[in-house]
Amino acid sequence: MILRTFGFSEFGFLLSALVWTIILTVIALGGGGIIGFFVALARTSTHKWLRIIAGTYIQVIQGIPVLMILFLSYYGLSLAGLQLPPLVAAGASMTIYASGYLGEIWRGCIQSVPKQQWEASESLAMTRAQQYRYVILPQALRISLPSTVGFAVQVVKNTSITSIIGFVELARAGQLINNATFQPFRVFLAVAALYFVVCYPLSQLSRWLERRLHVGSHR
Amino acid sequence: MSEVIVKNVHKSFGTVEVLKGISLTVEPGEVIALIGRSGSGKSTLLRCINGLETINSGRIEIAGHTVSRDPQKLRELRRDVGIVFQSYNLFPHLSVGENIMLAPKIVKNVAKADARKTAEAVLKMVGLSEKFDAYPDELSGGQQQRVAIARSLAMQPKVMLFDEVTSALDPELTEEVLNVMEQLARDGMTMILVTHEMAFARRVATKTIFMHHGKIREEGPSKQLFADPQTPELRQFVKSDVK
Repeated sequence: MILRTFGFSEFGFLLSALVWTIILTVIALGGGGIIGFFVALARTSTHKWLRIIAGTYIQVIQGIPVLMILFLSYYGLSLAGLQLPPLVAAGASMTIYASGYLGEIWRGCIQSVPKQQWEASESLAMTRAQQYRYVILPQALRISLPSTVGFAVQVVKNTSITSIIGFVELARAGQLINNATFQPFRVFLAVAALYFVVCYPLSQLSRWLERRLHVGSHR
Repeated sequence: MSEVIVKNVHKSFGTVEVLKGISLTVEPGEVIALIGRSGSGKSTLLRCINGLETINSGRIEIAGHTVSRDPQKLRELRRDVGIVFQSYNLFPHLSVGENIMLAPKIVKNVAKADARKTAEAVLKMVGLSEKFDAYPDELSGGQQQRVAIARSLAMQPKVMLFDEVTSALDPELTEEVLNVMEQLARDGMTMILVTHEMAFARRVATKTIFMHHGKIREEGPSKQLFADPQTPELRQFVKSDVK
């Protein structure tokens, strides 16, 4: 058997897989962001049942491993006759996962806007939608930036779990190359380095946003 | 017709009754000072008057509206009733000008140019014309409170409520806020203010109401009330204020 060595073309393969990792991250944060936004709104709603439903959703998502969501959407649905392509199953699973966490992070941000801001805007005859749109959400958004970016780092790394259903993202690409080269140190160091190159700037951005927030600047 | 009618209002927080049958009326242009110890129910009464707290029984009418739980009706009421809080509660992410123009623009659909004109006028009234583009955290407490008053005035309310608006301010800053309120009173605004500033109540309020344990203990024209308190509680309260 002739073994390949880990060279430029192998590294190029990792890079193209990194693109899929990033695409999956964008799908998870985009989809999870949209759903999470409404989950956060429901969690802070004045309607008791909306709060309960959203709270249950968050608890369930946070209480089970992403892996189970992934298995359910890939194997479970295929057993039920719905064969999802790996990208769709992976994207859907990561979206659900992200929505549970973002919903909870953003609920906290909405609730950390002082109660007096609600009273002041209410006293100016605004509707509840106007209060959210013009007074509460702009402030909550600012508060949420560091933790949201911090969570994005988690998502980048956790996309590696989708390798299990055969979705070829960065971690899976590393496995494939290792199988062909048997140079695990080189391969997985390269894989780790690629994750780091994406995650480190995000972590730094999160810290920088946090510092800026603590300074108490208004913009 | 009276601008404010409060009729036999009861209000409890849990099992604690904080308002025990309050009745009062306010005529247009009157300035009413609500005084009393902390916990006497005066702030709660003020908050009930614009529906921030719901009452258990009784009836409140203000500026032609009846206070109810219906959000739509409450919004109509609040177009005509301004309130200023102890903690200013400006919107920190908006400039002074934007703070003032926001509600007229989105609630009353005032055109931007008109909203700006009104904002400039009310800012001038409170003596802060040059702060239009400043942000709340760049202002002193007294300035923030004057902006809060201007923000309420921009809605052109018929009645203004003031909830201990100078309690968080040092004496110098208190003075500049009180001056604005006195000017407003002279201009004929109907006002109800919860205050610890006895000298101000005496000088500016047409009528002062002394609350004690959730009831109105004594009321009357301010000068007379302070000069000659009838009840031992008010005598004690007025005496303790002269430190």
